[in-house]
Amino acid sequence: MNDDKLVIGGHEFSSRFILGSGKYSMKLIEAAVKYAGAEIITLAVRRANTKEGENILDFIPKGVTLLPNTSGARNCEEAVRIARLARELGCGDFVKIEIMRDSKYLLPDNQETVKATEILAREGFVVMPYMYPDLNTARDLVNAGAACVMPLASPIGSNKGLATREFIQILIDEIDLPIIVDAGIGRPSQACEAMEMGTAAIMANTALATAGDIPMMAGAFKSAIEAGRKAYLAGLGRVLTRGAAASDPLTGFLRD
Amino acid sequence: MQNFFVDSEFLSQQALERKHKLESDASFRTNHMQYMPGMEIINSDVYESVMSHVNSYDYAKYSAKDVNSALEHEICSIEDFKALLSPAARNFLEQMAIRARLETSKHFGNTVYLFTPLYIANYCENYCVYCGFNCYNHIRRMKLSLEQIDHEMQIIANSGMEEILILTGESRSQSSVEYIGESCKLARKYFRMVGLEIYPVNTDEYAYLHECGADYVTVFQETYDAEKYETLHLFGHKRVYPYRFDSQERALRGGMRGVAFSALLGLSDFRKDALATALHAYYLQRKYPQAEISLSCPRLRPIINNDKINPMDVHEKELCQILCAYRIFLPFAGITVSSRESASFRDGIVKIAATKVSAGVSTGIGDHESKYTGKESQSQEGDEQFEISDSRSFDTMYHDMSSEGLQPVLNDYLYV
Repeated sequence: MNDDKLVIGGHEFSSRFILGSGKYSMKLIEAAVKYAGAEIITLAVRRANTKEGENILDFIPKGVTLLPNTSGARNCEEAVRIARLARELGCGDFVKIEIMRDSKYLLPDNQETVKATEILAREGFVVMPYMYPDLNTARDLVNAGAACVMPLASPIGSNKGLATREFIQILIDEIDLPIIVDAGIGRPSQACEAMEMGTAAIMANTALATAGDIPMMAGAFKSAIEAGRKAYLAGLGRVLTRGAAASDPLTGFLRD
Repeated sequence: MQNFFVDSEFLSQQALERKHKLESDASFRTNHMQYMPGMEIINSDVYESVMSHVNSYDYAKYSAKDVNSALEHEICSIEDFKALLSPAARNFLEQMAIRARLETSKHFGNTVYLFTPLYIANYCENYCVYCGFNCYNHIRRMKLSLEQIDHEMQIIANSGMEEILILTGESRSQSSVEYIGESCKLARKYFRMVGLEIYPVNTDEYAYLHECGADYVTVFQETYDAEKYETLHLFGHKRVYPYRFDSQERALRGGMRGVAFSALLGLSDFRKDALATALHAYYLQRKYPQAEISLSCPRLRPIINNDKINPMDVHEKELCQILCAYRIFLPFAGITVSSRESASFRDGIVKIAATKVSAGVSTGIGDHESKYTGKESQSQEGDEQFEISDSRSFDTMYHDMSSEGLQPVLNDYLYV
């Protein structure tokens, strides 16, 4: 289990919990690192664009990888500009592409995301694209140089869990990059289920941010993700999803 | 009906006669539905969509049962929203607040955004009877020079503020689009985010202002009731109702990221105006899905030379009902509560539905130095548009919001 690393763009991580950026607070960052074991923390560049004393950059513990995102970008061009700005701000080479042309549901624009992935991967970024789970887009992202694929589970902030379960499973089965479920995971049990399916990591924010006890919920996510990962590695046992199992083999009549 | 009309002893006999005629003789006034030369017509379908609901809205027909079922629905339909705005919902204020708080927390966490307005001129070419800036009201008029604007912005920026809303009186001749554009360029030097609340302009002018650094446009329709609108905006370009109505759409076409909507509650039937405001935002966002939308909910306030003006039947409970209904219907929309409201109301409502409050507010011209530092102003100052109620400074507001358990946010925006 100790050798089981999450590898993104050649970088290894022991933790499979990534803190999203939606509702950020110092308390949340602290809890995510301390109790959920997060090694990657997303940072909205637009949120870091402040003169405030409480600059988020000052609160990222050492050893934690910053994942700036392009939230606020409405197209490829804007996402590329924000990614370059993040690099200039000293946020490193990781970037999570978020492109939204919709202010209501904040659903990602897959086409523009593929375009931005291609440009930024060429510039040496470790590109982590947030996307609507579509196999063709995922394949395009692989070809464009993405370091992983980040399908949404349900609308961002909704805490509704794996509404796109079947489509995420297809991505896990067909794509040779880590599939990281992003957006919509509201409970540890949902995170566990996604991990059992073979998801490489979970990104969450609102589920922790809106919990009654943030540190305790962070710990719950850590346990759930680890449990799900173990179950996946162990190979799930017999799960009877259709019909009953015959006690005698159906093919027992075959003679040789 | 309150009396908005105040005669100034400084007006000439001729001006007074004209003023009285505008007030008393509807035939002396221009057609408020007719565009003036130079006003762009965009033939939008949004007005019809909004007003078909508003005109047929009979809020008396909604019962407690309708309100209950609206609160049970996961997605608030237009019909549910109408129930939540109705008098029947008055008895459900606490339940509405609980639901509103849940939606606010889902979309915004526990954050509250802070900003401050900067009035750069108070000249006005309109006669809007309830407004302190109206052209017949005798006040000290002023327009800041670019140097003065720079100075004011420095003072505000030094206080810690990162978002500014630039306002002018509605006078194209005194406060030209270029003058406003230059102010935006200055603002970009000091602030991360620049919004505008100025007279409505054409799409190409919004595009120019966007290039100058502004990305958000606020236009108050004041009242969506066109007939009532006609009796309140007696003279000037602001009298043209449909041009004003389409402002946000032109702003979005001009490339602005976000637009804000509002009715001035107390001018007309507030339930219908609240319905219209939210539907205006709702339909525009459907048409321009990338648009960031936000709502304000100002109530009428006293002005210089008329301290009797008040928000009529919109008391704090009604205002709270409207804000909760807005939040439940448009969970993703920003909601701003202005310094017209008391500190206690604002402290309460930011925990339920509002996401943005102003601080360190002055609605006068060129008076930030004297108001922020207590220093005697070296130059002239222009009078205020209305009396504010919550006069907390930026520091006090930041501190108060933090001690309410909220996280004050000064900026969450990038100009791209």
